[in-house]
Amino acid sequence: MSRETMQYDVVIVGGGPSGLSTAIRLKQLNSNLSICLLEKASEIGAHILSGNVFETKALDELIPNWKELNSPIKTKVTKEKFLFLGKTKSFSWPTWLLPSVQQNHKNYIISLANLCRWLAEQAEALGVEIFPGFPASEVLYNDDGSVKGVATQDMGIDKEGKKKDSFEPGIDLVGKVTVFAEGCRGHLGKKLIEKFNLNNGKDPQQYGIGFKEIWEIDEKNHEEGLVMHTAGWPLDNQTYGGSFIYHAENKQVFLGYVIGLDYKNPHLSPFDEFQRFKTHKAIKKIIEGGKRISYGARALIEGGIQSLPKMFMPGALLIGCDAGTLNMPKIKGSHTAMKSGMIAAESINDHILSGKDLSIFEEKFKKSWLYEELYKARNVKPSFSWGLILGIIFTGIDQILFRGRLPFTLKHKHADHETLKPANQMPKINYPKPDNIITFDKTSSVYLTGTNHTENQPVHLQLKDPNLPISYTLEQFDEPAQRYCPAGVYEIQKENNINKFVINSQNCIHCKTCDIKEPSQNIIWVTPEGGGGPKYGNM
Amino acid sequence: MKILVAVKRVIDYNVQIRVKEDGSGIVTENVKMSTNPPDDNAIEEAVKIKESGKASEVIAVSVGEEKAQETVRKALAVGADRGILVKVDGIVEPLAVSKVLQKIVEKEKPDLVFMGKQAIDDDCNQTGQMLAALLNWPQATFASKIELKDKLLEVTREVDEGLEIIEVNIPAIVTCDLRLNEPRYASLPNIMKAKKKPIEQINASDLGVDTKPRIEQIKVEEPPKRKAGIKVATVEELVQKLKNEAKVI
Repeated sequence: MSRETMQYDVVIVGGGPSGLSTAIRLKQLNSNLSICLLEKASEIGAHILSGNVFETKALDELIPNWKELNSPIKTKVTKEKFLFLGKTKSFSWPTWLLPSVQQNHKNYIISLANLCRWLAEQAEALGVEIFPGFPASEVLYNDDGSVKGVATQDMGIDKEGKKKDSFEPGIDLVGKVTVFAEGCRGHLGKKLIEKFNLNNGKDPQQYGIGFKEIWEIDEKNHEEGLVMHTAGWPLDNQTYGGSFIYHAENKQVFLGYVIGLDYKNPHLSPFDEFQRFKTHKAIKKIIEGGKRISYGARALIEGGIQSLPKMFMPGALLIGCDAGTLNMPKIKGSHTAMKSGMIAAESINDHILSGKDLSIFEEKFKKSWLYEELYKARNVKPSFSWGLILGIIFTGIDQILFRGRLPFTLKHKHADHETLKPANQMPKINYPKPDNIITFDKTSSVYLTGTNHTENQPVHLQLKDPNLPISYTLEQFDEPAQRYCPAGVYEIQKENNINKFVINSQNCIHCKTCDIKEPSQNIIWVTPEGGGGPKYGNM
Repeated sequence: MKILVAVKRVIDYNVQIRVKEDGSGIVTENVKMSTNPPDDNAIEEAVKIKESGKASEVIAVSVGEEKAQETVRKALAVGADRGILVKVDGIVEPLAVSKVLQKIVEKEKPDLVFMGKQAIDDDCNQTGQMLAALLNWPQATFASKIELKDKLLEVTREVDEGLEIIEVNIPAIVTCDLRLNEPRYASLPNIMKAKKKPIEQINASDLGVDTKPRIEQIKVEEPPKRKAGIKVATVEELVQKLKNEAKVI
C-alpha cells in the first residue's frame, strides 16, 4: 500500500520546549508558513518530565507578554537551600557561596508539561498544526541524501508484524526543512548524528537518569517557593548525582534525583538510590504524612558543549536535547532548548526566504547568549569525574573565581555505556525493602505513570543480538538492565534452570536509559504505536 | 438513514484516579481526558453502517463542558459527519443527559441512537435506557453484534448467562459493548479533515432542559487498601488458616 504524502514548509518532530518554540517563532516571523508538529505522546505534555525551576530568559524573548496570557508560570522562587548529606547528618551550604549559575531567585517553580501544553495552545492559535499520538518513526531522504521529511508510524500492526483489521498506514510528511526536537536520545536524532557524522571531533555524549515524584505534603512542612538541592548520600564520592526538592503550589512538592549514567558499578540501581535517598531524615521529615501522587523518569543530557553535535545538516536541524543543549551546572535545559528552537526558526526563515544555507544556524548560535552560557558551563561536569569533592572545589574555582573563563576545556573521556566494571569486581549493594509509605517498588511506581501500550504490537525495545543479554551481559555485568530501567521492563527469569531475558515493553516509560547504558549498545529503542507510553500530568 | 451517536469525555482509562483531599470529588486538573471507551465502539459501528451504504449521516453529540468539543472532534476524525456540543458545566446526571438527547433527537430526527453501554467515570449505565423511555423507543443494551435488517435491528446482547439475540424495531436506541468491534485509529489526514467539519454548539438551557443534579453527592472516598497477601507452604497450612484465621470454612 502506498503511503499518503503531506507537504509542509516545516515539519517539526517533538512537542517539547524546543519544538514548540521553533513553531511559535516561525509563525511570528512569517505567518504564511505551513508548519506541522508531531508528538508521540497521546497529548502534548504527557511525555514531558522535568524538575523544574524555570529561567524565563528565552520565554521573555519569545512571548514577552506571557504574564498576561494565563501562563502556568506562577510560583516564584522565594528561598534556596543547598544541603550536603552524610549518612545521618546533613549540613547546609550557604547559598551566597554558590556560583551564580546555581542561584535561582529570579526563577519560577513550574511544571514543564503544563508549560508545553500552554505553548502548544499559543502555537495552535498562530496556526501551527499539532498532531499528538503520531510518532515519527523514520527519516525520509531525498536522492541527493538530504533530509526530506519523516514518516509517521504505521498503526495496527500485531506482534508478529502483520497488519491487523484496524491497520492504518503511516504518512510521509515532507518539509522544506525538518526539525528534530525529540528530546534526550531521540531515536531519529541518534540516526542522523551517525549518518551525517554530526559528532565528528566531539567528546562522547554524557547522560544522566532523572527521577521525579510529586508529593502532596502536610501544610506545616510546605513552604511554597522553596528550592532545595542536595549532594552526597546515598551516592558515594565516585558517582555523580544529586537531588532536587521544589515546593510548588497546592501543597505539592516536586522531589527528584539525578544520577550520571557514567556510573561504574553494575550493581547500582538508580531507582533504589532515589528511594533510599528519601529515607534520609532531612528529606523524610518533609514528605512524612504526605502522599505520593506521581512518578516518572527520563534520561537527560549532561555532556555540554564539548559533546554537542553539529546541529544542522542538509534539509534538517537538530535542536534542544535531541542535540544536547542542557546547561549542567545550572541543571536547566528548558530555556536553552527554547532558545535553540528560536534560533532554528530564525535560521529556517532565512533559508526559506532568501535561500541561505542552513549552516547559518551555527553562526546565529555562536553569537547567541545560549552559546556563551554553554561555553562557560563546559568544565563543571567533566571535573566531577575526579569525584564529588574535587569536583566541587574545581567548580568553585571555575565558576566563582573565573566565571567559566578558564583557558582550557576538560574532556569527557568515555561514553556512558563503556564505564561499567565487571560485576565480580564491584561491591554488591543491598537496598532496603520499600515501606510503601516513603519508599516504593517499581511496579507501584509505574502504575502512577498511567503507562499503557496497545496490546498485540511489536516489541519496541529491540535487541541487535537476542542472545547477548544472557550469554554476555548477565555473565559479565549481572545484566544491569534489571536495575537501570526505572520501570522494571527488563527481567531475568529462570525457567527450568535456564535463564531467560524478558522484556516487558508495555511498562516502558520512554526514558531511553537502556538505549544509552547497555554496555554493548545492544538495546535499540524504537517508537511504539502512537499514543503509547506514560500519561504524565503536571510533570 | 441517520445515526446519532452520543459520546462522553471522561478521565482516560489508564490514569490512576485520585480523590480530592477534602472528599468533595476526584482530581481532574492535569489529568488526561479521552472518549469513554465503549462510546468509541458506538461511533465505529455507526461509521461502519454508513460505509456499508445503509446510513447517510452520522452525527456525534456530547453533553458537557466546553472542552468536550475535543471528544466530538475525535468522533469526527474517525468518520462522523458533523458534531453537536450541548454545553453544561459541572456534573450532569444521566437523566439530564437523556433529556438533552431527547431534544436533540426531536430536532435531528435520527433513525438510530448509539452510545456506550455505560461511562467509565460514574458507571451509571442509565442514559440509554432513560432516553428510550423518554422517546418511547425500543432499546437494545450491551450490544456485541448489530445487524441491520430493513426496518429491524438484530442485536446480540452480552448478558450474564451468555449471549441473547433480540430484534428491535427502528427507530431504536442501542448501547454498545466493548466487544462490538475494534475502533479504528484516527489517521492524520482524517484529523485534519475533522478540523473543518462543523460542530454546532448549543447551551443546555436554550433547549429548555433543567440539568441541575437531582442527587446530592455527600462524599467521595478511596476504596480501603487491600492488605498484602501471604504465601503458605502446604495445603494443610492453607486449610488451617482458612479455618482458624479467615474463618471461611
